[in-house]
Amino acid sequence: MTSAKTLLLDYTLGLADDALVSAQRMGWWISRAPELEEDVALANIGLDQLGQARSLLTYAGQLEGVGRTEDDLAYLRDERDFRNVKLVERPMTDFGVAMARLLVFATYQLHLYRGLSVSSDDTLSGVAAKAVKEVAYHVDHAAHWVLRLGDGTEESHARMQAALDAEWPYVDELFAPLDPSLAGHVADPAALREDVLTDVRRVVTEATLSMPEVSPALGGGREGLHTEHLGYLLAELQHLHRSHPGATW
Amino acid sequence: MASTGSTDGKNPDPTGSGRRWPLWEVFVRARRGLSHVHAGSLHAPDAEMALRNARDLYTRRGEGVSLWVVRSSDIEASTPDERDSFFDPAADKIYRHPTFYDVPEGVEHL
Amino acid sequence: MYGNDFGGDQHTRHEPDRPHDDRAFTALLAGEGRVEPRDDMPEGYRKTLVRQIAQHAHSEIIGMQPEGNWISRAPSLRRKAILMAKVQDEAGHGLYLYAAAETLGVDRADLVDQLHSGRQKYSSIFNYPTLTWADVGAIGWLVDGAAITNQVPLCRCSYGPYARAMVRVCKEESFHQRQGFEILYTLSHGTPSQKAMAQDAVNRYWWPSLMMFGPPDDDSPNSAQSMAWGIKRFSNDELRQRFVDMTVPQAQALGLTLPDPDLRWNDERGGYDYGEIDFTELFEVIRGNGPCNTERMAHKRAAHQAGAWARDAAEAYAEKHARRTESVA
Repeated sequence: MTSAKTLLLDYTLGLADDALVSAQRMGWWISRAPELEEDVALANIGLDQLGQARSLLTYAGQLEGVGRTEDDLAYLRDERDFRNVKLVERPMTDFGVAMARLLVFATYQLHLYRGLSVSSDDTLSGVAAKAVKEVAYHVDHAAHWVLRLGDGTEESHARMQAALDAEWPYVDELFAPLDPSLAGHVADPAALREDVLTDVRRVVTEATLSMPEVSPALGGGREGLHTEHLGYLLAELQHLHRSHPGATW
Repeated sequence: MASTGSTDGKNPDPTGSGRRWPLWEVFVRARRGLSHVHAGSLHAPDAEMALRNARDLYTRRGEGVSLWVVRSSDIEASTPDERDSFFDPAADKIYRHPTFYDVPEGVEHL
Repeated sequence: MYGNDFGGDQHTRHEPDRPHDDRAFTALLAGEGRVEPRDDMPEGYRKTLVRQIAQHAHSEIIGMQPEGNWISRAPSLRRKAILMAKVQDEAGHGLYLYAAAETLGVDRADLVDQLHSGRQKYSSIFNYPTLTWADVGAIGWLVDGAAITNQVPLCRCSYGPYARAMVRVCKEESFHQRQGFEILYTLSHGTPSQKAMAQDAVNRYWWPSLMMFGPPDDDSPNSAQSMAWGIKRFSNDELRQRFVDMTVPQAQALGLTLPDPDLRWNDERGGYDYGEIDFTELFEVIRGNGPCNTERMAHKRAAHQAGAWARDAAEAYAEKHARRTESVA
């Protein structure tokens, strides 16, 4: 395997794992949202993310070239092999946190997928072109909630600000620079920083909230250096599949 | 602001909130060339969220290309009591229907 | 879907002072006409419908939990996506049904309160735990199968909004039963431990599924009135028999057995005989002593309470912005 191909594989796994881990966290909300209509909405978002993850994992398997399927990659890799950012792996059981994270993450995905949709890699550009429409809706949904929570009651304002503050240290990692050998081939996350933050700031300001001023947490997710939360998430995701080696489901 | 969600367990109102989102009626245009048709209702805090909830609830399987939402309380409807005076008088105006008229044999396109 | 009339606050409130014309109502039902929200209807008819539709809606909503229990652990990504979509559909079906109930002049929030306080029930089947992945299959195949058997005749229910909700629900649910069957089929043709898992799930869900049709006809006090009103079209035992007859050959196709030694074809009746159902268990579960009653209600109440601040915020925001819009105009 050439080195550029390994880099492209890692890049693809990064996108795939971001989407997969997000979907896993989103799935928790189905039956726990603030209102039944929101159960339905969050399930739609989770399904979109899961769909993106499946396409990207399948492509990663092809790039790797040893016959691994989406399920092999989702269920049979350990924490150190996962390439997602830490932002998406941390617990997400507060609705404010869920909306703060979705706003940031979906805005990031929107710009990233837009860039990728004109990539010279046909598979990635195809996946991205479909996903752009999905994540645009996720941004819209998150923005509508952040506005309402930020500019709602005193309590919701405080909780929304706290949620944003808690997510913020993990935002920086999204913009880790691309390896130079992939430059011009796929979208460079580092180049998205201004666009993403401008979009997020517009919503945050309109929501009468302030952009958090906190220093970034150490990155490392893309190299498989995760928080302790990911291990538990994967244990739950993978245990049944791993309990029956080779079985078909 | 009315009560927030924190209940102390003794609250007889187990919703944790005395407040309620209003009801909205949803109309879906299934495809271009068709009218919007009433699909059902849902609850939402405002029109923007009602539209979004309608999208997620009533078009999950590609059932629509356009949506309307209307506050249920903004709809004025005829009552069953008025049914006789509203609708029965239309029943005997048979001359409004083309079948009322005799057309001589052989005349076409009329 | 609830067509041609609306559950608005003031419009469809029940008007008790309006004289009820029973002859017109009876004639409407006799002519297989549909009752629509603002029609004159007997109070008993309205109350029965509110209770039945609300409990049907509650069942869809509580029913999200046993299957939702496996979303995070679904053994393949394909299964995870299907399960998420299915549990989401259940939320949707609950919403369609609440909307139908609201055309009768009740508020969804009040119905949900009654669920939370235990004054209204939901289907006892959802008080059984999903202990293995195969239970997700058994719920799809048996529980949804029983639900569809119940729901198909409801598409012709005399109350228009309920019938229309059922049409939509039945259409969407056709995939639910199939995916359950497919899960079990795959398991029973998989490894020995997968097959054992499937058989165990069917063993546990078979009898509770039969109980979903309710008590036997001679012990079902409200059935006759519901039949006369065109709410119910077939008796509990008729529907149960229909379900058994439909399911036995499917079990054979699955290569799984149903846990009833008395189950056998009766040529005379043209249907399967089955063993006696232990309804004391059903009544215990309804009474609140099932394996998961406490957990299901705790989960539901906790979610509702945890979300109160967000619901309040959205409402406060709407009020604020409505005021601002007015002051600008």
